Amino acid sequence: MSKFRLRGKGRVDASQPVVFTFDGKPYTGVKGDTVASALLSHGVHLMGRSFKYHRPRGAIAAGSEEPNALIGTRRGPGRFEPNTRATVQEIWNGLDASSQNKFPSLKFDVGAVNDAAYMLFSAGFYYKTFMWPRSFWDKVYEPFIRAAAGLGVSPTEEDPDTYASRNLHCDLLIVGAGPTGIAAAREAAGKGLSVVLVDENPEMGGTLLSEPQAHINGKAAWDWLADELAALKEAGVKLMTRTTAIGYYHQNLIGMVEKLTDHLAELPADTPRERMWRVRAKQVLLAQGALEKPLVFHGNDRPGVMLAGSAQTYLNRYGVKVGDSPMVITSHDSAWYAAFDLHDAGARVQAIVDTRASVRENLQAEARNRGIPVKLNHTVTATGGRLRVNNVRINPMDGSRVGHGQWIKCDCLLMSGGWTPSLHLFSHTKGKLTWDDDMTTFLPDQTPEDCVIAGASRGLWGLEAALEDGSAKAREVLAALGTEAEISEYTVANDRPGTGVTMRELPTDRSAGKAKAFVDYQNDVTAKDLRLAVREGMRSIEHVKRYTTNGMATDQGKMSNINGLNIAADALGKRQPEVGLTTFRPPYTPTTFGAFAGYHRGDHFEVTRKTQIDSWAEARGAVFEPVGQWRRARYFPQAGEDMDAAVTRECAATRKSVGIFDASTLGKIEVVGPDAAEFVNRMYTNPFLKLAPGKCRYGLLLGDDGFIRDDGVIARVGEDRFHVTTTTGGAARVLTMMEDYLQTEWPDLNVWLTSTTEQYSTIALNGPNAAKLLQPFVKDFALTEENFPHMSCVDVEVAGYPARLWRVSFTGEIGFEINVAAPHGRDLWEKLWEAGQPYDITPYGTETMHVLRAEKGYIIVGQDTDGTVTPHDAGMSWAVGKKKADFVGMRGLARPDLTDPNRKQLVGLISEDKSKLEEGAQIVFDPKQPIPMTMRGHVTSSYDQGTTGQPIALALVEGGHAKMGETVYIPMEDRTIAAKITGTVFLDPENTRLKI
Amino acid sequence: MTRFNALNLVKNALTGHKNWTEQWPDSQPKAEYDVIIVGAGGHGLGAAYYLAKEHGITNIAVIDKGWLGGGNTGRNTTIIRSNYLYDESARLFDHSVDLWQGLSQELNYNVMYSNRGCLMLAHTVHDVQSFKRHVHANRLNGVDNRWLSAEECKEYCPPINISKDARYPVMGGALQERAGTARHDAVAWGYARGAAERGVDIIQNCAVQAIRRGPDGAVIGVDTDKGFIKAKKIGVSASGHNSMVMATADVRLPLESMPLQALVSEPVKPIFPCVVMSNAVHAYCSQSDKGELVIGSGTDQYISYSQRGGLPLIEHTIAAISEVFPIFNRMRMLRKWAGITDNTPDRSPIIGKTPVPNLYVNCGWGTGGFKATPGSAHVFAHTIAKDEPHPINAPFSLDRFRTGRLIDEAAAAAVAH
Amino acid sequence: MLLIHCPYCDETLPELEFTYAGEAHIDRPENPSEQSDAEWESFLFLRENVKGPHFERWRHFHGCGRYFNAVRNTITDKFYITYKAGEARPDLSALLEDEK
Repeated sequence: MSKFRLRGKGRVDASQPVVFTFDGKPYTGVKGDTVASALLSHGVHLMGRSFKYHRPRGAIAAGSEEPNALIGTRRGPGRFEPNTRATVQEIWNGLDASSQNKFPSLKFDVGAVNDAAYMLFSAGFYYKTFMWPRSFWDKVYEPFIRAAAGLGVSPTEEDPDTYASRNLHCDLLIVGAGPTGIAAAREAAGKGLSVVLVDENPEMGGTLLSEPQAHINGKAAWDWLADELAALKEAGVKLMTRTTAIGYYHQNLIGMVEKLTDHLAELPADTPRERMWRVRAKQVLLAQGALEKPLVFHGNDRPGVMLAGSAQTYLNRYGVKVGDSPMVITSHDSAWYAAFDLHDAGARVQAIVDTRASVRENLQAEARNRGIPVKLNHTVTATGGRLRVNNVRINPMDGSRVGHGQWIKCDCLLMSGGWTPSLHLFSHTKGKLTWDDDMTTFLPDQTPEDCVIAGASRGLWGLEAALEDGSAKAREVLAALGTEAEISEYTVANDRPGTGVTMRELPTDRSAGKAKAFVDYQNDVTAKDLRLAVREGMRSIEHVKRYTTNGMATDQGKMSNINGLNIAADALGKRQPEVGLTTFRPPYTPTTFGAFAGYHRGDHFEVTRKTQIDSWAEARGAVFEPVGQWRRARYFPQAGEDMDAAVTRECAATRKSVGIFDASTLGKIEVVGPDAAEFVNRMYTNPFLKLAPGKCRYGLLLGDDGFIRDDGVIARVGEDRFHVTTTTGGAARVLTMMEDYLQTEWPDLNVWLTSTTEQYSTIALNGPNAAKLLQPFVKDFALTEENFPHMSCVDVEVAGYPARLWRVSFTGEIGFEINVAAPHGRDLWEKLWEAGQPYDITPYGTETMHVLRAEKGYIIVGQDTDGTVTPHDAGMSWAVGKKKADFVGMRGLARPDLTDPNRKQLVGLISEDKSKLEEGAQIVFDPKQPIPMTMRGHVTSSYDQGTTGQPIALALVEGGHAKMGETVYIPMEDRTIAAKITGTVFLDPENTRLKI
Repeated sequence: MTRFNALNLVKNALTGHKNWTEQWPDSQPKAEYDVIIVGAGGHGLGAAYYLAKEHGITNIAVIDKGWLGGGNTGRNTTIIRSNYLYDESARLFDHSVDLWQGLSQELNYNVMYSNRGCLMLAHTVHDVQSFKRHVHANRLNGVDNRWLSAEECKEYCPPINISKDARYPVMGGALQERAGTARHDAVAWGYARGAAERGVDIIQNCAVQAIRRGPDGAVIGVDTDKGFIKAKKIGVSASGHNSMVMATADVRLPLESMPLQALVSEPVKPIFPCVVMSNAVHAYCSQSDKGELVIGSGTDQYISYSQRGGLPLIEHTIAAISEVFPIFNRMRMLRKWAGITDNTPDRSPIIGKTPVPNLYVNCGWGTGGFKATPGSAHVFAHTIAKDEPHPINAPFSLDRFRTGRLIDEAAAAAVAH
Repeated sequence: MLLIHCPYCDETLPELEFTYAGEAHIDRPENPSEQSDAEWESFLFLRENVKGPHFERWRHFHGCGRYFNAVRNTITDKFYITYKAGEARPDLSALLEDEK
């Protein structure tokens, strides 16, 4: 039994010891302990160092609001996380915990030198200095500041754990399983509704866990709790512990994160570490309770200074006495009970110091009965002790005057500044808050969501009030859900409702400039910093917060916001609501990245689309590239080949005999209906009305702004039917655009659009021997020039499969594209491969496709165009129907800037020294000009592995079409390359190679 | 106003910081101003500062419906860079980067411009082509930006995963070393202090209800919560709210206001040395002086002024961060927030005159306004003072949407093939 | 994440199934060639961008694929109504009255 553990107290299981290490030293706690409760049971209060001054700090709270006791937690390789709250982390055998932000050790930290220079490091200090000399900021000051900042260290290994996510729909979600939430759940249970009750703690009960003295409806609190939870479970209420509602999103979507393994010694197989729940609830009842406020006084951060309610929790829930000789400083009744409980557990309470001049007589009587000295109308002005508080200076108050101080010895100081309703999730709903002057707190008002808030989170104190309100509010919610409920009555004996007053900084006899009275513990923001910010012109709480960093620590202002607001309001001489409340932002508590990423990691980050032929390419050692969501074979290297060598070989083989290419990723849209031709004609620049069935035509698609969006070959496969192809990446965009025009601009057209991209495998055969290779597979159809000329299509059987066979070419060679039902693609490919062996058939990838098309001057949308290129710029005026009354983009093309003759236009480029130009390289007319140069265009495509015997390039050049034969310059880092402007067709301008 | 220097700092430290004075007064409106700027963000305050400092116009009010710097100035991921493709953009943003370099000294206010470099990762062949085009264009424009191999990227920023097995493997990156981050609030405060020192009135919590025009069509002032205020000239830089303000002067803008979300992690010791942007994967990350990882998300798809933002976008953003930087998977998100960005069709800003005489607008910054703050403020001041654009902002005119002379950085970067 | 009622499917479904498609009731002119540059600019780019009730288009992308119209408050993101493409603009004042 550790020194401060009390036998028979608390809800932990003292029969089950758990051994963990803190900074390498082993400690024994018991099952049910957090790291903080276990360390406290050994009298260890010092758990961390603060952010700026590296001051020694202990836990001041017992829950997720803890700002000080942050530790690193480790479970073997890859499983480390910084900034874990020791007050939340449950211990397990083997847990490796370590303190943070200290060097060389927690007890002796050289960073604490900052604390000595405290006078200098006031609020806004950074903005006023480190400016001279200018060069020092990057080299000296900033690296120094950065090294001193930060809390723990980042993980450095990949995370071996998995994370899950799930959707949940329910009638009622209740957030917070304290008395309010449980009472609410009880009303809703058993009424045929799906009800979810959720709590961030390992155990439900909230405040009840710290108040075993109470009796509810005649039952001891903990018995009542056990019975109620069993009944709820029985009634089908979904009870979720270790689950934090992190954010309240639109229309009652609540994000919740469930922790599944961080408390276990052995990781179960196939269990995710955390699970994100996306809960869509018809109604939400918020019962998050209230948070205790620290008091603000000089030395309020010394280890051993702690919230009174938390000390009570450590005692009653964990069976840990936080000290033998505690002192209490409070402005609220609730701390008195902490003193009583500690006294009753054997501690010698040194004094209850209350800032109020009068306190309820029964409290005073209880103190007297226990022999606890009471000091009313007193303040605390200092604490002493190095790494742990060992005495406290208290002074009597007389109006605004603070009298002489006296030091009283103690080993811990419990404070309470009253309670603040927890309005975080309510605030995420953009719910309005109202200021209550009597309670000096914000209370919830209206919210646009289907949400009610109950209990302490709307300012009701005491168990009875909480239970009754949970019940009453649940009835409101049930009414909204169309269900009625009986009224439940609650009688609570030994209830501890209390009142108090709100203090700003405690009055002191110390000069204000010398008080280190902390408001935001973790960020080391003092009351003095807040007042300085106001003095310097910060008039809104947002400014004060940002100037001082108050409320920006990892507790998200849970401990500091309201104290900060009270002090800032006082300094400004305004009421709090005029100074404003800083917004609460999701998540409620810091939330693991992995829980958000969920399943979307590694291969599952985004779907990888593969064609039917992909596996063949993979087996052949293809190198792939991502194109949109697809992966496409980029080239097929043979042993010892790099990309250039492979592409050179693939290009030559295709031009010499025959190449085979997987074109399945090209987008395909089936346009069907009596008005199909009219529709295609309106969408594309080219004329389509007169295209005969059995014929193909190149199509260019513009936006209504006149710029090229996409292109592809379009086959008229029937009178009322077109097979439209798009670029690989453009498929979804094009279909969306078509649907938009069809549905909303031309609903009179009788046309249906269907995406058929994944319905077909498309195999392209290109090369002089393509027809010879393919002919034997084609049933009853002659692949001759006369019977099946270039830009024709036909429905035939190929290798026994029904196929849409096209005679098209993106290489300048005799070309076919065979579209068969997707599942047959691989088989057809292999048959062609087999039969192609005598022809040296060569599979080629996208890179070779790019080279071969560039040699013919065929553009690739997105490479040779960039969203600012018109058909005329691209040298494709021929593709724009001159007699059309309208097509998408026609009016856009007529805008003044788009008709400028000096626009950048697509041309060919041959470098004078026959070197390969770099894609993206910029073009100038005058190479001798100084920087910044006037750039006249850029290289869009460039290749030297081709078959024309020289490196070729395509480029967009200002006024390029009128500059044939002229020389332009490409200034590179090391030299300037001269190049001659040519046409865009580098091979076979007469298209003789297309002929069978 | 107290000048910040080492001597003053020590002196004040020794006297308990009791003698620091207001950095700017909380002004009440006068009856009339030479110039009223609507919107007290970095752009508006900066414009007032440069009008006073460089153009001798000091009878100025900067009016805001809330607190100064409370809009996007204080809600962004503070990335500063100028490696834009088009000459027009490169000049505008590089002008800004030039001003950023000396801004702390200029304002006597440490805006903590952190010269950390910005690395843009390429994950596809198309990215490589596009970024190399940027690199070449930047070089000839005198804007630093260089190409790094995947291995060099890893060396520059060790948390990057360059495994070939990644869903979108890193194929290299473009590095601008002059890029970086700054302390966003300090920029607003620094300009506010500098402007106030020169006589500019900063009027907070005063909503402009309408711009009033005279019989000749020119502006004569603004109606506000605090009454009518006369003005000879009006400059509007109200970020997400520009459409509403300008509509009161019958000027329609090509803008849509979208929620943009961002988030930070819990603070950790230095681990992330620069800014990394991955457009293909949608991951944008840097580490603040405080140690938080600052992560940019995307815009939600719909117009909204609710500043709420959805959960799916955050899930996607974090997944992208874990994809590019897998070591951060166990880090925790501390908070996320949303701003309202006004987006133009070509994703470039509008800075210049309007069809209404003496009414000027600075808007349409989308997700990238912070980086341009000093440069944009500087040329906006010039435009207002001279009634004609500075050569740098001349191309960013409102009429480009009529003529078609767009500066389409988005299209140039993101058309897949 | 918004919940959106598709007027074609007559179901209320999560936003992830839908894509936003900009301001509603902007008709592509009958004869674009007769439009002035300024009129074409207005059609292409100029938007109300209102703060408050906004007429806008959505598409049930991962559902029926239909485009439809909606009135949504851009301050609260709350939908007042969704209706089929081609239907007349609903009476805004009636919608706002209903809300009260």
